Amino acid sequence: MTPTQRLVLRVAVALLTIVAGIVAIGAFDYWGMESYTQRKLASLRQASPDVSAAESASVSARSPAASRDIAGDPPHAELVTPAGAASGVRAAFSPPSESQIPIGEFGDVIRRGREIFVDTGRAAPAYVGNSLRCVNCHLDAGRLAGSSPLWAAFVSYPAYRSKTQSVSTFQQRLQGCFEYSMNGKAPPPNAPELVALESYAYWLATGAAVDPKLPGRGYLALAAPAQVRDYTRGEQVYAANCAFCHGADGAGQRSPDGVAVFPPLWGPESFNWGAGMGRINNAAAFIKANMPLGMGGTLTDQQAWDVSLYMNSHERPQDPRYSGSVQNTRSTFHDTDESMYGRDVAGKVLGATGAPRPFKPSRVPAR
Amino acid sequence: MTLSRNLSWVMFGIVLSTNVHADGATIAQQGAGSVVACQSCHGVAGEGVAAAGFPRLAGMGASYLQRQLEAFAQGTRSNAVMMPIAKALSAADRKAVASHYASMPFGGAAAMQSSTSAPRGAAEPKVSVAPAAASASAPTVGMTLATRGRWSDTLPACEQCHGPGGRGVGADFPPLVGQSAAYLAAQLTAFKSKARPAGPMNLMGVVAQKLSDADVQEVAAYYAALPAGGAR
Repeated sequence: MTPTQRLVLRVAVALLTIVAGIVAIGAFDYWGMESYTQRKLASLRQASPDVSAAESASVSARSPAASRDIAGDPPHAELVTPAGAASGVRAAFSPPSESQIPIGEFGDVIRRGREIFVDTGRAAPAYVGNSLRCVNCHLDAGRLAGSSPLWAAFVSYPAYRSKTQSVSTFQQRLQGCFEYSMNGKAPPPNAPELVALESYAYWLATGAAVDPKLPGRGYLALAAPAQVRDYTRGEQVYAANCAFCHGADGAGQRSPDGVAVFPPLWGPESFNWGAGMGRINNAAAFIKANMPLGMGGTLTDQQAWDVSLYMNSHERPQDPRYSGSVQNTRSTFHDTDESMYGRDVAGKVLGATGAPRPFKPSRVPAR
Repeated sequence: MTLSRNLSWVMFGIVLSTNVHADGATIAQQGAGSVVACQSCHGVAGEGVAAAGFPRLAGMGASYLQRQLEAFAQGTRSNAVMMPIAKALSAADRKAVASHYASMPFGGAAAMQSSTSAPRGAAEPKVSVAPAAASASAPTVGMTLATRGRWSDTLPACEQCHGPGGRGVGADFPPLVGQSAAYLAAQLTAFKSKARPAGPMNLMGVVAQKLSDADVQEVAAYYAALPAGGAR
């Protein structure tokens, strides 16, 4: 994409945002999403936009239905956590096993897609700006039900997304992953990397019904927390359950040869403020189902909510949609209690780090 | 006056630095009191003795090694040879000898039978991206557990914590490569039977409970067969 094309796209997105914002008052309930109105009302109910972390993170006023939304995902994505169910049990679909990837040219593309998925920085260096890999948030190479598996996502697109306020194709959804979650650069349409990832997802979805309600899709949403989410409790949960692998500073840990084995959760090597995992409800759902690794379901819902708030109350790379003002960017893209962007935590406004840094490919050591 | 003062500082510095190094190294090489030298069982380069099931110590993380010595001293990790040794050492000695072995090069001079003399990096398998179906032979159970895990049973891959190629991560996640199959299998079995404490957050306890006896043998054999050269 040339700078001019990018500018045109940005302007178009901005215009769409404004138009859709006006149109959206009350209208998007149709989509089953947390409506713009609800979010707007929630924000108006707050006395001040810059309150302390624990206070501002309150979701107790929000309706349970709204809390089940999976922000940034298509409609019909609300997956209600079955009572007492462990992660993924509800899934009826199971993707083909890796050994069934066909031999031949198409199989090679699928395998290439898998490689990009599990080793993103090394396999797609031109588009990755941090130390994360797709597999960090989509466990078992995108196969695991309840961990936003690729097979369920594939059959859900094209779909309307509140994030872009437009209908996105699967490739466009993947572009968003690179731009936000990988703090990188969107590969151009039909770039070999996108084609490979799409092929891998297509193959994983072999035999899946084209049904956006496929069980196992997204992350199993948590019920609204019993207590107001709290930073200090989250900090304690983090120290006891997360810091051993992800580090007290959230920077993760690398192998001696430099591979980020435990992904950075915040800071310059993590996803940027525009990523879906930066939403407290998304991260809480992921954490509850999957963390600590191999011990999913062991944290209480409240612990998952608290530690998600804690994780997402730290600084990370700037939102690529940054408008020049943190509060303006917040009101345009983060006008929800699920985002701490623009909020004051310990005397510092999150996101007040200036314009996004120019894209720099992450340094992944050669094998 | 000035000269002698300077000289005394230099001497002081030498004493200090030799002290710091001597403690761990001396215990390792000569023992301390009733404690035999570590190297008499673990090898001059801390490489271990595969045939006897004595583990490699060189290049393991410092806090991992120290935690093991503490567990032997307290009797929570049971081993007839190591328990009296760890108990006889002071807490400071245990810390010093742990740091000593942590600072030794992983690919120590005396390579184990499993660590071939492959040049650094040359023989490292592309573990996390190994094309399963492309290779003529199907991946073994051990390789699958090591690099893929078994998520139908929410069992993560070994390398998700122990790093690519099982080469270890940080001070707490020890390398698996470079250990003998006998030692690895014995430890996994001990985790399973709770004869060995599961360690921080019960991570290994949870994992080991999901492994069958056959799984244990397979995964131990997989890591023992990986070349250790180039690790760390």
